[in-house]
Amino acid sequence: MWLFRIYQNNMENFITLKNNQTIPLQDIPVLAYPEFLELNISFVKEDANHCVNYYGFPVLDTIKLICCIADDVKQKIYVSSSVIKKDRQEPITSFTARKLCFHLFERELHENFAIPYYDHPWLKPVRYPIDRPNQENTIANYPFYQIHSEELHEVGVGPIHAGIIEPGHFRFICNGEQILHLEIQLGYQHRGIENLFISSKKILQRNILAESIAGDNVVGHTTAFVQLWESLIGFRPDNKLVYERTLALELERLAMHTGDLSAVCTDIAYQLGGAVFGRLRTPIINFMQHWCGNRLSKGLIRVGESNFPFTMALANELTQVLDAYEPDFMEMYKEMKSLPTVLARLEKTGVITQKQAHRVGLVGMAARASGLSRDLRSSHPFGLYPGVLHEPVIKNHGDVSSRIQIRKEEIIQSIIYIREWLKNIPEQEKQPTVLPMPTANTFTISLVEGWRGEICHCAVTDLNGDILHYKIKDPSFHNWLAIALSVRNNEISDFPICNKSFNLSYSGHDL
Amino acid sequence: MTMGILIFLLILMVSCFFGGIVIRTKSVFAGRKGPGIFQPLKDEWRLFRKGSIYSNTSSFIFQIAPTIYFVSILLAITMIPLGNHAGLISFKGDFVFFAYLLTIGKFFNIISALDTGNSLEGMGASREALYSMLAEPAFFILMASFALLTGHTSFQGIFGSLHFYTYISYAVGFLAAFVFVIIALIENSRMPVDDPKTHLELTMVHEVMILDNSGFDLGLLLHASNLKFAMYGAIISNFFLTPGSELYYTIPIFILTQVLFAVLVGFIESFMARFRMNHNPQYIFTLTSVTLLIFLGVMLMLGRIV
Repeated sequence: MWLFRIYQNNMENFITLKNNQTIPLQDIPVLAYPEFLELNISFVKEDANHCVNYYGFPVLDTIKLICCIADDVKQKIYVSSSVIKKDRQEPITSFTARKLCFHLFERELHENFAIPYYDHPWLKPVRYPIDRPNQENTIANYPFYQIHSEELHEVGVGPIHAGIIEPGHFRFICNGEQILHLEIQLGYQHRGIENLFISSKKILQRNILAESIAGDNVVGHTTAFVQLWESLIGFRPDNKLVYERTLALELERLAMHTGDLSAVCTDIAYQLGGAVFGRLRTPIINFMQHWCGNRLSKGLIRVGESNFPFTMALANELTQVLDAYEPDFMEMYKEMKSLPTVLARLEKTGVITQKQAHRVGLVGMAARASGLSRDLRSSHPFGLYPGVLHEPVIKNHGDVSSRIQIRKEEIIQSIIYIREWLKNIPEQEKQPTVLPMPTANTFTISLVEGWRGEICHCAVTDLNGDILHYKIKDPSFHNWLAIALSVRNNEISDFPICNKSFNLSYSGHDL
Repeated sequence: MTMGILIFLLILMVSCFFGGIVIRTKSVFAGRKGPGIFQPLKDEWRLFRKGSIYSNTSSFIFQIAPTIYFVSILLAITMIPLGNHAGLISFKGDFVFFAYLLTIGKFFNIISALDTGNSLEGMGASREALYSMLAEPAFFILMASFALLTGHTSFQGIFGSLHFYTYISYAVGFLAAFVFVIIALIENSRMPVDDPKTHLELTMVHEVMILDNSGFDLGLLLHASNLKFAMYGAIISNFFLTPGSELYYTIPIFILTQVLFAVLVGFIESFMARFRMNHNPQYIFTLTSVTLLIFLGVMLMLGRIV
C-alpha cells in the first residue's frame, strides 16, 4: 500500500526511457535528496527492477546525481536525478544502508566527490583516480577488514596474478583451509578511460577507447558506445550494421564461454577438458581475424559505418566453423559432465543463493545461474534481439556447476541464433555519410548484454553538443562482491574455480 | 657391492627420463606434440648452472634444506635391492630406516617452507605434512606383512624370497604394487592429490613450498622429485621380478616396469580432475585399508587364520 502511494505521488518524479533513447537533460526531474533516495529505494524493492547505473558529475558548484533503474518486465528504464552541493560537510543518508546493491556506486561517489555519508558501512576506496579529493587514500594503505584471533590466519594473494592476467589483491581470512572472509582490492588497472572519452575529441579515438575498456569484451563495449553515439546524433543504423554487430556479439559470447570452460577445466587439473575446449575456441576467434583482421574483433564496429562488411563468403566459412565446432563441443561437454572427479569439484562449490544475488544486484550470466532472470536481450532488447524473442537460460543452484551449465546452454542458443541469421544476410542500404554532431544538453543511456552481462554506457552532452560526462559500467562492477560472498565457507583451494566461474574483468571495473 | 652400484646407477638413469615420459604421455593425450623426454633433465641442467637467490628473511635452514632433501633421497635409493641382489646398504630392518630417511628430507623441506614466512608456503607445508603422515601407516603395514610372510626384515630378504611360496604371492604383489603407485603419487604431490602443473598458489601442495627456491636449489628439488619416482618405480618392479633369474631378464623387466609406471602417471593426470582438498585425507587413508587386505592375505597364506 505504501509502495503504491510512493508511485502515485511521484508520477512526475522520474522519467521513463527505452534502451538507447536520447532525451534533453532538463527533462530528468531533479528531486530533493531525501525524495530521490525514497524513490529509488522503492524501485529496487521490486524483484523486476535493478539499478543499472548510479553516478554523479560536477555541474558548477554542485554534484548532479543520476540514478537509472531498469524494469525488466515493462522494458523501461526509470531515470531520476538530484543535486548536492559540492564540499558539503553535513553527512547524508546512504542508499546502501537500505539496499546493498548501491554500495559500490556510493563508494565511487564518495571517492570522486567526497560526498559524506553517515550510514554507509563500507566507505573504502574503489579505484584511486588521480584527482580524488582525499589524496591520503593510496593503494598501499587500503583498510582491510580484520579479525583478531589466534585460530585464524590471513592469506594475501596478488596484486600480481598467478597467471599474470590482470592485477588485483585478494585478502583471505581463513580458519585452516576454510575461508571465513574474502576482501578484494582493485584499482590497479585504473586508466581514467571516462575522462579520456571527454578529452579525445575525434569520434574514431573514442571508438578505439571503447574497444580498450575490457579486452575480452570488445564487441560488447563497442556496441554500447556506437549505439549510444548513434542515438545522440540521431543516426539510424541500417539493417546490415545492426546485423553485423549482433552477430559479432554472439560470436564473442561463443568464444569467451568456450574459453572459460577450458579455464575451469585447467583449474581443476582436468587436462583433457582444458585442451579440447581451448582448441575449440581458436577457430572462432580465428574467424574474427578473417572477418576484421583482429581475433578480439577490434576494428570491426564503427559509428555509422562498417569497414568489414559481412559477405556470403564469410557466411559460408562461419557455417563450416560451426559445423566443425558443434559435435566436438557436445562430445567434450558430455565427457566432462560424466566424470565423477569433475562433478565433485564443481557441484555445491561457490554457491550464491538467489536472495544473495538479488541483494548484491548481480547481473548477467552469474545472476541467471542463481535464478534471477536478468538478460537485456529479452528485457531491454537491442540489435536483432527484438526479432528472436530471446528466452534467458536460468539455473537455480548458483554454484560453479550452474555457471558451467549456463555457458553450455548459452553456447547452444548462440549457435542456433547465428545459424538462423546466416540464412539471410541483409544488403547494405545506406552509404556512409558525414555524421552530425550530437544535440546539445542531452542524456543518453545504452544497455548491451555482453557475454559477461549487462554493459551500461551513459553520456551527457554540453551546450556545444560535445561530451560533458561519459559513464561506463561493466558487469564486473556489480559482480565482484559476489565472488567474495561465494567463497565463504568454501575451501581456499576452491577459490580459483569460483573466481574463474565468474571470470570478471579487472580493467572493466577499474576503467 | 658391484651389484649395489649397478642398481644405484640404474635408478639414477631412470630418474633422468621418468619426468620426460610423464610429460610426453600427457602431451600425447592432450593432442599435442610435447617436448622430448630429456627436456626436464635439460631444464634441471640449466638450473644447476645458476646461482640461488635467498631472501633476507630466511635463515640458513632455507639454504641447507634442498641439499638435505636431495641427499636423503639418494641415501634411500642406495637401500633398494633388485630381486635377490642387495642394494649398497642392506641390514635387518632397513625398510624402517628407509622410511624415516625420507621423512628427514621431508621434514627439512617443510621447515624450509615455513622459514620463508610466506603465508602460502606455510599452507602448502601443512598440507604436505598431513598427507605424508596419512600415507605412512600404509607403507608400514605393507612392509610388515611381507616381513611376516617371508620371515626377513630387510628389503633384500623380503624381495629375495617373496615369490618362492605360492601364486597368491603374485596377487598380493599386485595389490602391493597398486599401493606403492598411489604412495608414490602422494609423496611426489601428483594427481589426484595435487596438480603439479597449476599456476594457482592456493591449490598447490608441493609446488608452493618451493616457490622461493631458485637456481641450483630448485634444480635439486626438481630432480629429487624424479629420483623419488624412480625409487618407488624400482620398489614396484621388485614385486614382479622372479628371484634368481639372470640380469638380462631382470634389467629389461626393471626398465619396462619403470616406463609403464611413468605412462600410468601420465594417463592418470590426463583423464581426471584433482580431488577437492578435503577429500584427500579420506582418499589417502583408503590406502591403509588396502594394506590391511594384504595383511589378511598374508595371514591366510601363513595359515594363521581359518
